[in-house]
Amino acid sequence: MFPTPIEKTSRTWQISYQALLPLTLLMWLAPLLAVALFSVKPEVDFVSGGYWSMPSYFAGAENYGRVFFDSDMPRYLMNSVFITIPTVIGCIILSSMAGFALGIYKFRSNIWVFFMFVAGNFVPFQILMVPVRDLTLDLGLYNTKTGLVLFHIAFQTGFCTLFMRNFIRALPYPLIEAARVEGVAEWRIFWFVVIPLMKPAIAALSVLIFTFIWNDYFWAVVLTQGVESQPVTAGITSFNAQYRAAYHLMSAGSIVAALPPVLMFFLMQKHFIAGLTLGAVK
Amino acid sequence: MTTAVVMPKPRRSWYKRNEIAVTPWLFLAPAILFFMVYVIIPIFQSFNLSLYRWDGLGAAEYIGMANYEELLADRAFETSLWNNLKWLLLYLLAIPGGLFIALLLNQTVAGIRLYKSLFFFPFVISQIVVGLVFTWFYDPTFGLLNVMLGWFGLGPLNVLGDPDLVTYGIIAAGLWPQTAYCMILYLTGLNAVDPEQIEAARLDGAKGWRMLWYVIIPQLKPATFIAFVVTIIGALRSFDLISIMTNGGPFGSSRVLSFYMFEKALSEYGFRMGYGAAIAVVLFLIMLVFIAYFLFSMYQEEKER
Repeated sequence: MFPTPIEKTSRTWQISYQALLPLTLLMWLAPLLAVALFSVKPEVDFVSGGYWSMPSYFAGAENYGRVFFDSDMPRYLMNSVFITIPTVIGCIILSSMAGFALGIYKFRSNIWVFFMFVAGNFVPFQILMVPVRDLTLDLGLYNTKTGLVLFHIAFQTGFCTLFMRNFIRALPYPLIEAARVEGVAEWRIFWFVVIPLMKPAIAALSVLIFTFIWNDYFWAVVLTQGVESQPVTAGITSFNAQYRAAYHLMSAGSIVAALPPVLMFFLMQKHFIAGLTLGAVK
Repeated sequence: MTTAVVMPKPRRSWYKRNEIAVTPWLFLAPAILFFMVYVIIPIFQSFNLSLYRWDGLGAAEYIGMANYEELLADRAFETSLWNNLKWLLLYLLAIPGGLFIALLLNQTVAGIRLYKSLFFFPFVISQIVVGLVFTWFYDPTFGLLNVMLGWFGLGPLNVLGDPDLVTYGIIAAGLWPQTAYCMILYLTGLNAVDPEQIEAARLDGAKGWRMLWYVIIPQLKPATFIAFVVTIIGALRSFDLISIMTNGGPFGSSRVLSFYMFEKALSEYGFRMGYGAAIAVVLFLIMLVFIAYFLFSMYQEEKER
């Protein structure tokens, strides 16, 4: 193990390490802690210029209450949910099928199809922007959640296929051969042999895609406008424009917007990290 | 003893006979269709569009290379390009930064798991919130940065209002989540480092920097590769932070290509789709250098298997 395990070092170093750790963490998260503090301060504190004082009273309920009952925030949140969940499902379906095809079968263009997905996944969004916006307009899906979902599914399929294919490659191949010898149809091999083994990959991708899509801002601005279909990342900017300089409300709003992926991360940490490392770093 | 006569099996359907060859394409069809329509074809459409003058509504007019010629003389484009370069170089600091924090946290003391997740926190929240948080952090009247500078008798510093500082200020904000990402890659990488090699190196008297440089870092190569890939992509995709923190200002000094393209194609100053597409093509070509390198590395690895 590197660096030298702390229990094998001198007593003084052990103690200073234990003391240093919380301090570094506090510094690392200082900007976030500041927002959390702002979100429970009452408006008067900001008016009187006491930005960094302790809250004169706890106004958390009041601030968060206004975010939930007095603004468009809940609608934006619902939009985000209805954009994110279908995208996750769509991506998983498309990419587990594509990953199965690329991971199990040997055919000549296999590697090129695979590289098409990988390369497409690295492309800068801007080169897609104008044509995708036009296509969405032509389909009559501009400013709808469906339009956004369709694009997200397509784009994320690149990354998901990369991930699924590598995962399936690592499965024991004799298992599939055995099933074939038994005369099991190919689609049944996919459904009854491969899918059950892919559960960890599906879990990893679901959390990861959830976070990516929830946090997307660029496409939300390009393909939607207004409260009927914009997700919370775009909503927070209009929220902020509405409450400009109302720091307590902006903070509370930001925290609400940021919370779902955070919860997701803490609940499914192991899968999340497996996904981030692309399954390549074990 | 009779010789068994192999009866010819009843003719199976075309699908049954070609099952192994056809199945992969059936499974690939939906993914390829989606990817073609929304990703691959639009790339070519953008290339084509960059040769036209088009406001997004009327008829497009073919103007050859005129958009690109205009780019050459466009000062705002030049600024964006330079800023992109700054992003690319400085963003890479996330890699050593992430390695440093990973080494700091690679211990087994009580509660270390929670520490690791909390250090990772900035990556999970959206860039919009990160941008907002840092805008306040830099705020000249109440921002934490200036409070801290004040302790040393310095400041106040208006980072986001100063054309010379603004890009660095935004990059610093971007480095926060990116470093967290690299950290988690290295933490998983460090788990896989071979303990026997470390012991052997220790017996040979290697420690500290030499151990890190000659024994640990070579073993972290897969993690470093992924960290490099995601950091380069992240640097070239920077859009959210700029849009939230400065909207390209002051005086357009914090624009990068991705932001400038959006501004030209979709902002209130008129829709110049063709010109925007030309900017996007330049950005794409920069990215293509890296994509080629990534694919080449992956191809090498595939061959070894």
